[in-house]
Amino acid sequence: MSESVNQPILLVEGLGKNVANHANREHVSADDELVILHDIDLCIQRGDSVAIVGPSGSGKSTLLGLMAGLDVPTRGTIFLDGKNILQLNEDERAALRGEKIGFVFQSFQLLPSFTALENVMLPLELQDNGGTYAQAREQAGQLLARVGLSEREHHYPSQLSGGEQQRVAIARAFVSKPSLLFADEPTGNLDTHTGQQVIDFMFELNREQDTTLVLVTHDHVLANRCARVLELQDGQFCRAAKVEQG
Amino acid sequence: MAFYQGLLSQNVWRLSLRMLGRDWRAGELRILLIAIIIAVACVTSVGFFTDRIQQALNYQSGELLGADLRVAADHPLPARVTASAKNYDLRSAETRSFRSMVQAGGVSRLAEIKAVSPGYPLRGALKTAPARFAKDNMTQDLPQPGEAWAGPQLLQQLGARVGDQLQLGHAQLRIAAVLTYEPDRSGDMFSIAPRLLINLSDLSVTGLIQEGSHVHYRFLLAGEPGAVADYRQALMPHLQRGENIEGAEDARPEVRSAMQRAQQFLGLAAVVAVMLACVAIAMAARRYAQRHLDTCAMLRCFGASQNRINHIFLLQLIVLSLFAGPLGVLSGFLAQEGLVVLLGQLIITDLPAPSWMTVWVGLLVAMGGVLGFALPPVLQLRDVPALRVLRRVAVQSAMSPRLQPAALLAYLFGLMMLVLLVIYQAGDVVLGGILLSGLLLATLLLWAAATFLTWGLNCFLQYFLRNFSQSKASAWHLGLVNLTRNRHVSTLQVMAFGVGLMVLLLLTIVRGDLLQGWAKGLSENAPNRFVINIQSQQLTDVRHFFTQNGMGDVELFPMVRGRLTAINGVSVSSQQYADSRAKGLVEREFNLSWAEKLQIDNHIVQGRWWGESSGDKKRFPREFSVEEGIAKTLGLKLGDRLTYLISGESFTATVSSLRSVQWDSFRANFFVLTPPGMLDNYPASYITSFFLPAEKSGVLDELVHVFPNLTVIDITAIMDQVRLIIERVSMAVEFVFLFTLAAGLLVMTAAIQSTLDVRLHENAVLRALGARRRRLWQSLAVEFFSLGALAGLLAAFFASVLGAVIAYRVLEMDYLFSPWLWVWGLLGGGVGVGLAGIIGTRQVVNSPPLAVLQKL
Repeated sequence: MSESVNQPILLVEGLGKNVANHANREHVSADDELVILHDIDLCIQRGDSVAIVGPSGSGKSTLLGLMAGLDVPTRGTIFLDGKNILQLNEDERAALRGEKIGFVFQSFQLLPSFTALENVMLPLELQDNGGTYAQAREQAGQLLARVGLSEREHHYPSQLSGGEQQRVAIARAFVSKPSLLFADEPTGNLDTHTGQQVIDFMFELNREQDTTLVLVTHDHVLANRCARVLELQDGQFCRAAKVEQG
Repeated sequence: MAFYQGLLSQNVWRLSLRMLGRDWRAGELRILLIAIIIAVACVTSVGFFTDRIQQALNYQSGELLGADLRVAADHPLPARVTASAKNYDLRSAETRSFRSMVQAGGVSRLAEIKAVSPGYPLRGALKTAPARFAKDNMTQDLPQPGEAWAGPQLLQQLGARVGDQLQLGHAQLRIAAVLTYEPDRSGDMFSIAPRLLINLSDLSVTGLIQEGSHVHYRFLLAGEPGAVADYRQALMPHLQRGENIEGAEDARPEVRSAMQRAQQFLGLAAVVAVMLACVAIAMAARRYAQRHLDTCAMLRCFGASQNRINHIFLLQLIVLSLFAGPLGVLSGFLAQEGLVVLLGQLIITDLPAPSWMTVWVGLLVAMGGVLGFALPPVLQLRDVPALRVLRRVAVQSAMSPRLQPAALLAYLFGLMMLVLLVIYQAGDVVLGGILLSGLLLATLLLWAAATFLTWGLNCFLQYFLRNFSQSKASAWHLGLVNLTRNRHVSTLQVMAFGVGLMVLLLLTIVRGDLLQGWAKGLSENAPNRFVINIQSQQLTDVRHFFTQNGMGDVELFPMVRGRLTAINGVSVSSQQYADSRAKGLVEREFNLSWAEKLQIDNHIVQGRWWGESSGDKKRFPREFSVEEGIAKTLGLKLGDRLTYLISGESFTATVSSLRSVQWDSFRANFFVLTPPGMLDNYPASYITSFFLPAEKSGVLDELVHVFPNLTVIDITAIMDQVRLIIERVSMAVEFVFLFTLAAGLLVMTAAIQSTLDVRLHENAVLRALGARRRRLWQSLAVEFFSLGALAGLLAAFFASVLGAVIAYRVLEMDYLFSPWLWVWGLLGGGVGVGLAGIIGTRQVVNSPPLAVLQKL
């Protein structure tokens, strides 16, 4: 790896997102747009853990989607590991995601037609240099064991509980050893106890693999486990608070 | 290049197959698979079946030759013809025919003698009776040496009976039976004198065959179709002057015409079913794609490139078609077997080897249907934004209506396949063109009409609700509002149901009205006897005879015999033509006739009829009107100058029109016609055709007695054959119709399924909010009934138009307009779609709302 240690893993400058005003759909004009995100600046260092909190509709998920290259901003720049992702086309962004980014979603987003093991193997299989099938299988098996689901390898998502599904999703997120992990409300669909378990796994793997963690949440307990908490309101950061580590 | 390399990646294969396997188990692929199987089964069953029918018909036509193949010559057939038959493992027989005087009891009459070798006839059977007017029976025997079988007319003319002796040349023969039927006689319409059948070994005894005698030598062959074709092909280049080959395919025009139409009917039915199946494939694939939006977003999220998404789904479709293709071929073969069992004895029982061509066509249809119709919606999946994993609602319209070039190309490919299939199946570019462009145009118009109707319904509903409705939440209201709320989806559904119903109704017309129209041309009272050789001076007496015997006023057509000698001043010889039919036509004499008006079973296809533009009817131009089939065989076109040798004089005129002739009407028709007055100076005889009821057969004996020079030709055998073809084809069309029905139902199922997920969600919310199941049932019923009725109305309209166009333009028959079609369209559409909709969406009302809400 040729990445410089001093270079931030994620650098966001002047990021803004507008969308057409749907309430007034029939007459969309330049003035008739909703501003979802105002000029956002953000710098995240390697190994950092950042929580983005804020009320519904504040633009948290939009920001996450933009930073992960899932959507294109109206203005501003995003450097991911030194690369301006806005200069990449859709496929190049996909390749970059496959190589550097892991995801955990509120609604798990497991492929229903794949078993737990197959779901975890998926990111490796999508990489052109993802190794052999046997290697992918072995790595996926190890990670499932790590989240305590060895026995459930061959179960389909519909046969797993919510907590188990999210653990599979976490194993899937870490299997490609991403530099950066984005988590969107990872405990949003889980009860407190299960949520806690899932979070523990996520932070453990984060530490083991030295991954940078960016998560969006309503959950202040979860947010406080991150090194930094950023609060988003009406598309702008209103407070940046550093809380104690761990 | 990278695109193709990606296809070979092991990972892609693995992922693709795994997803396919899982989707299969989850039942996601069912409709897609069934649609492909139906398309393939339809093409192949019709393919196998027409192979078989063709063979059966050839067999029947073979009966008209008494063989599968007949080599005829005006000289003894050389060894190269006769000896090589054994090399091809063919059975053979010989006949020689000539005219000679026959004497019995002091009376002499001219007879047509036919000497036959053992084995004759190779196809069909002779019929004999122990006495005139006694009941006849099929027989496998032949006259023994020293015996003769005489036709009833000859016996009547000689005043002889079975058991009497007769003298033929130097031979004394005993009349052993009355010959009532020879299979190959009916094909020979103009053999004039009555028949005497003798054994070939007696021929030398008669001493009648001398150098220069006018004898027709015929060598008959029968065997495996392949061997017959090989023999024919090998012999063709070596044919000498005066020799020609006739095969079953050179059958009489009546039979050819019937066969051609039969294949068109079947082809039409099959192609229509394939088209419907393709619509079902497209709709099922669209739903399949829609249900994979999340998966694709996920794959994109984890780094899959757009090409990789394409690869995964392309491979799935290829594997699916490789699986469904052979399955479809097998179903097609089994279905065809079933058909043969159903038709029982109508079809010959020896099974022709399944034609590999049909198998390949079936597999190609599977591939073409999938790549042309399932691929385009699936290709759109590459455009699914990865953002969907975060915000599903914001990107709900992920299936962009914008067609990618690749998808467009795929659709073009599919359309090309259909065009080729139409040409292959119907064997007719015009029919295919009308069918395809008609269906495309109708689909477009259906879309426009559906848009207008749903818009109109919306306006009406708004107005009605504002002014009249007391209770806003009635089931009618709920159902109709549902229909108008999402007008695009409703329009699409009306279109899908409309196309399905239109094709079903169209086929109902083809099956019912068109077949009826055809059979009507061959009604019970269709002419079954021809009388030829009527002389000009006998016209009044013959007419009088018919009127007196209660047979009405018969139409008498003049007939002048002439041989075609030159085209555009260049003399014509049979060597110029490779086609054996063309050779034959040039060698024999034509029957020319004249007419002032075009007969109703004739249509001008090129040029104009002389009656049309000529103001002065007394003065007609010197022109020919030529039948289109013969014009094609001889390479004649409008403006060609044809010269005929009539009674030693040349007669030249210009071809001013080409006619299509409905030969299977069995009226007297002519290949070449002139306007009246042109041929007055040449010797003419007259011909008539009429229907003779069985109980009046004695009238003919009387006719021949009064006018001994007349010859009566019985065409009942040919007519029975044509009737049999119609009967078989009707059954075959019914059978193929079943496939179309299945394809139509599939389209409806696919259309219902296309909105199933949205309905599930909406109804789950409604039920969670307290809506009663009964009300939901009612609203669903109202919605689907209205959808079906709208679609049925449109379908009836377009089916009538298309049916009329096909009847007039392609099949050249009258179209019988049926008001029932509209009733069926409206009610059938409403009730059919209503029921299908309720059944298809029953889980919408039956599934627990919580389960649905959690799942979606």
